[in-house]
Amino acid sequence: MTATSAPPSTRRTALRVASKDAVADGIVALTLVDPAGGRLPDWTPGSHIDLVLPTGEGRQYSLCGDRWDARTYRVAVRREEPQLGGRGGSSWVHDVLAVGDLVEVGGPRNHFHLHPAEDYLFIAGGIGITPLLPMVEAARRLGARWRLVCAGRTRASMPFLDELAELADSTAEQDDGERLVVVARDERERLDLEPLLGGLDARTRVYACGPAPLLDAVARHCPPGQLRTERFSAAEPPAPVRDAPFTVVLQRSGAQVEVARDVSVLEAVRSAGAAVLSSCREGTCGTCETGVLAGVPDHRDSVLDEAERERGDCMLLCVSRSRSDRLVLDL
Amino acid sequence: MTTPPPARALDDLPALDLDPFDLDVLRDPLPGQAALREAGRLVRLPRCDALAVGRYEDVRAALANWQDLESSAGVGLSNFRTEPPWRPPSLLLEADPPAHDAPRSVLARVLGPRALQRLRAGWAADAERLLGELLDGLPGGAAVEADGVIDLAAAFPLRVFPDAVGLRADGREHLLPYGDHAFNAFAATDHPLVVAGAAGMAEHAAWVGEQCQRENLAPTGFGAEIWAAADRGELTPAQAPLVVRSLLTAGVDTTVHGIGALLHALAVAPGAWEQLCADPSLVRVAFDEAVRWSSPVQAFFRTTARPVELGGVVVPAGVKVLVSFAAANRDPRRWEAPDAYDLHRDPSGHVGFGMGIHQCVGQHVARLEAESLLLALLARVRRVELAGEPVRHLNTTLRSWESLPLRLVV
Repeated sequence: MTATSAPPSTRRTALRVASKDAVADGIVALTLVDPAGGRLPDWTPGSHIDLVLPTGEGRQYSLCGDRWDARTYRVAVRREEPQLGGRGGSSWVHDVLAVGDLVEVGGPRNHFHLHPAEDYLFIAGGIGITPLLPMVEAARRLGARWRLVCAGRTRASMPFLDELAELADSTAEQDDGERLVVVARDERERLDLEPLLGGLDARTRVYACGPAPLLDAVARHCPPGQLRTERFSAAEPPAPVRDAPFTVVLQRSGAQVEVARDVSVLEAVRSAGAAVLSSCREGTCGTCETGVLAGVPDHRDSVLDEAERERGDCMLLCVSRSRSDRLVLDL
Repeated sequence: MTTPPPARALDDLPALDLDPFDLDVLRDPLPGQAALREAGRLVRLPRCDALAVGRYEDVRAALANWQDLESSAGVGLSNFRTEPPWRPPSLLLEADPPAHDAPRSVLARVLGPRALQRLRAGWAADAERLLGELLDGLPGGAAVEADGVIDLAAAFPLRVFPDAVGLRADGREHLLPYGDHAFNAFAATDHPLVVAGAAGMAEHAAWVGEQCQRENLAPTGFGAEIWAAADRGELTPAQAPLVVRSLLTAGVDTTVHGIGALLHALAVAPGAWEQLCADPSLVRVAFDEAVRWSSPVQAFFRTTARPVELGGVVVPAGVKVLVSFAAANRDPRRWEAPDAYDLHRDPSGHVGFGMGIHQCVGQHVARLEAESLLLALLARVRRVELAGEPVRHLNTTLRSWESLPLRLVV
């Protein structure tokens, strides 16, 4: 057979933790390298990788390092307390994972592409800076105008402010005020979206990442066509379009499986022998994204945008279902 | 015999008296490619003021390393930093990240599996019709003589690809000469093939330029999909026509020559046709092995973006490096009996489509075209033989046939 690379959802490699540094209150940055010192797969701004926990579940972290260094990935992980909804991934990274360890990594994948524009407004809430940091670097290299607003509880809780300041300093002088604005709540500052987004130039594209309340507020102020966001938690999915069972065909293996009402497509294809990596099980992380070759998916995730849904050439197996009797998946 | 000391400076590198664009070299490039591989990991080509790599591992490494070896200075001999390009540079082939990201991501999706799945049945039927026009009415055991290039390798892509893009019917004759010149133009402007092609170029380029505009493209097809991406903001309106242009420049000649190489291989490689008849599931191996064996795109250049260590030497910024796909695809360090066209081989990993972020974005389209035609041929034809001496078509970058006389026995 000719080379057929594994679908992204099943591609995994073991990388070594080369460094682990506290970069802000409750946030560590990991530098990952190939144990043999080789190049790592290429990525684009907005991409994330999955770190596979000892339990076999994956957790998504945005790549926030330097693409021009092909031999390292950098991710930043904030400690999420289990009682506040954390699911144990971040405490494993913080408390168990050590420099020198090998960790299984899936991806990289990109659900948060930076589209070309003359002018960008980036809005980060806390750890939400991670996917935006490489975007800022790209905007600088492209010679686009850019502004970045970083909001957080305290200055000390916001990572990479020094790197961002350097990026701002190395961007050519413009006449439209400060490139980097840091808003720390404990300094009695508040993020006022109205002046930021009211009267937004139609050419400006807004990229926002952070907690749901921030993104919801941004969405209320920003024309939808100009906004791209990445969410940490799921939007409430609508009811499935159909109740009746449907058939899923696995193109590569030829296997077929019937998907009953109370079974997810993910569970069904796993029972048919497809090794699909998944993580959040709620349609937010994109780990289980799989190509759709025929049939019409019923999208119920929080990852794909309208255009991507309309194209119907991929779906998130954990929550999405089928509108048609039959779905053919690239598995 | 003593081994020369390892090179420490550019001047110490082995030098090869080879002009890869010389017409005699283009007629028979294999000896020069072998010499390049044997001369060393990194070789000086004083006759074109460039360095070159030809060994498989070094070619792969050079292609992967977009950070140090850039494409936006042009992937031909000319350096866009010091010489103006003959046309606005490609947003894909002649671009680096981050500018390269958006056009690549759009085109990779437009030419992705879902789009091709929709085309498969129609292309199979088109291939059957094409063979019907050549073979219908022939009694069993009869033979027909056909030109493998004109009647098959060019006829089929020209029948299906422009429709898939959404081009209008008139003027398609501009496509092949436009692509031919675009690939010649990676050599110096005073190269005889470039000079010859430049004559008709204004007309071809004007037609191609017009077809890239939204109003001249069908409402469905690859072209319309590219404009739809611009509507969604994934490309700027200024980028969309240039992305369509990439399809028209790189999507026709290359496929024609890839399929030509496949037909040639099946006509001359002992046992290959019989093996394919016995196991038609080898059609995809057959095409990729043909791409390895002939390397329809022979080489591209990169330019050092900064001082970079290559083959043990620190090369300063701004130096052109020829990256020979063709030499790598026949490197005996990687391939057993590399000169044999062999369907027992796994050709995976060949660099005939390039490698890395610039790897041919249309490779799945090329494979589907080849597969469709070959399956139809297998269904109708019992034997394929050479019916005369094939004649090379010379291009500074492409390896191709002008004519390939075949006898098809039904």
